[in-house]
Amino acid sequence: MVSSAALKREDALPAGMSLDIQSVSHGFTLEGEHLPVLANVSLKVEPGEFVALLGPSGCGKSTLLRLVAGLEPPTQGSLKADGEAITRPDPSRVVVFQDPTLYPWRTVYDNVALGLEAQGLLRSRKDRIPEALKLVGLEKFHKVYPHQLSGGMAQRAALARALVNDPRLLILDEPLGKLDSLTRLTMQSELLDLWQRAGFTSLLVTHDIEEALFLATRVVVFSPRPARIVADIAVERSYPRHRGDQYLAELRHQLLGLLGLGETW
Amino acid sequence: MSASTTTVDQVPELVSGTGKIGGKLWLGGLLAASAWALAALVTAFVPNSDDWEYGLQLTRILGGVAVILALSGLFLPRLPAVFERFRAKAAWLLAIGLGLTVWELVTAKLGWLPRPFFVPPQALLEVYADEWPKLLECTYHSVLLLATGYLLGAFTGFSVGVAVGWSRLAAYWGQPLLRFIGPLPATAWLPIAFFIFPSSWSASVFLIALATAIPVAILTWSGVSSVGGAFYDVARTLGASQRFLVLKVAIPASLPSVFVGLFMGMSASFAVLVVAEMMGVKAGLGWYLSWAQGWAAYANMYAALVMMALMCSSLVTLLFKVRDRVLAWQKGLLRW
Repeated sequence: MVSSAALKREDALPAGMSLDIQSVSHGFTLEGEHLPVLANVSLKVEPGEFVALLGPSGCGKSTLLRLVAGLEPPTQGSLKADGEAITRPDPSRVVVFQDPTLYPWRTVYDNVALGLEAQGLLRSRKDRIPEALKLVGLEKFHKVYPHQLSGGMAQRAALARALVNDPRLLILDEPLGKLDSLTRLTMQSELLDLWQRAGFTSLLVTHDIEEALFLATRVVVFSPRPARIVADIAVERSYPRHRGDQYLAELRHQLLGLLGLGETW
Repeated sequence: MSASTTTVDQVPELVSGTGKIGGKLWLGGLLAASAWALAALVTAFVPNSDDWEYGLQLTRILGGVAVILALSGLFLPRLPAVFERFRAKAAWLLAIGLGLTVWELVTAKLGWLPRPFFVPPQALLEVYADEWPKLLECTYHSVLLLATGYLLGAFTGFSVGVAVGWSRLAAYWGQPLLRFIGPLPATAWLPIAFFIFPSSWSASVFLIALATAIPVAILTWSGVSSVGGAFYDVARTLGASQRFLVLKVAIPASLPSVFVGLFMGMSASFAVLVVAEMMGVKAGLGWYLSWAQGWAAYANMYAALVMMALMCSSLVTLLFKVRDRVLAWQKGLLRW
């Protein structure tokens, strides 16, 4: 697996990964009852796209991300990355979770080094660690333990831990959900900046319509559980976007309607 | 004259142990010195109720401590760094001096406590002076036996705990066994162990290892199985193998719990050590205790008890130091 990962990087693949989700259904068994979570979801993502998945809380978006990450196999349907079936996790598809889940027994530096260490690349690609820390503005905090970081800094460290692996697909599971609103706005711009520079494909789950519109090239709207795709809307605005933009406000109105909150406009 | 005024000014602060650094005298130290001097005077000049040797040596030691304390009371405040460490100990030093005085009075001098069960301080001193090679040898044997059994048990318990916490197969077979055998005190195996093993020493190693292994195994198991799934998800998405998940995620995450097990195992191992040495092993402090009891040598028993307390508390302190080093990352999360 290590060698294939190394080979991939040397191949002249585009920086972003393409994703093909075909009629995926998934469910859990809870206390003997089948609980359907995803109902026949199909979605194609082109390399380098930034796709936001929007939907009511608990609808199953995060489950879809777990399938894309390869953490679980789907009950039905298929998921392909660059045309190859997703059967297990791979460091080219990295997840940033809602909680930073840094390892408390490791310093920030050692947390960021985790992916390289797990793949046996620590020696050859050590230089990536300070680079990643610098990208997220934590270069001065490499010796610090996670409990000494603020929420925003911890999430930055988690982002650096993902970026160190040069992911071709960054899977973002509400990574800014628990941050205060000011930190969230700052980090949205930082995320955008990283995506534009590195060129990876991004898949972002969020509840925040404004966040989806500020960041994504496409917004996919899901129904309540079991999640179906209700709408797939392209956001045709170049970056940097402006939060007060009339066009974005119009889209926001439309999305609120799709989520059943149209009358709050 | 100036010294006495300084003293009077600082009385309230110094008695409470919070005297200002840079003051000229350490009243707490001087008070402690007078208590030790009192103990020395009582030992030297109050007539004994019976023949007790080593009165002179005891007087010298008590007097020596009193002189050191008196000098400290006069001069220690000039060394702020050292003074800072000893200042808070004044009350203990005072209490020990007074305690020794009372002990000396009610045993050697007045004979109020029944003999031969209670012995005066000089009798203990006599044991240490005459028997120190034997006591040291016994301590060495005890530490050797304990360390062999404890390390063996800690390693086994840790491995079993990781296996049961991680693998379903190991859990299937291991959990019921741990639940069934775990609550049994290791000493219950004593007759069987002494029968099965070729020597009482190896039987004791087994018993100490067993007593240590069970709490370590149970707490390691519970530590490993309570590691949050999110920790594994993170490592898996970054390309971690099963081996990596065990060694670099499960084990470090469960270490706080493992150390609780190591502490519990240590106290269990002390209990088994003493019983094993009293019952079968022909060396060690436990053996010395029962041997001294056989000769009604109560002073020797107390001397051995003190050695045992020193040994046990030193080992616990050592384990604390190891934990502080290994779990240094917890320092901000927990207050110890």
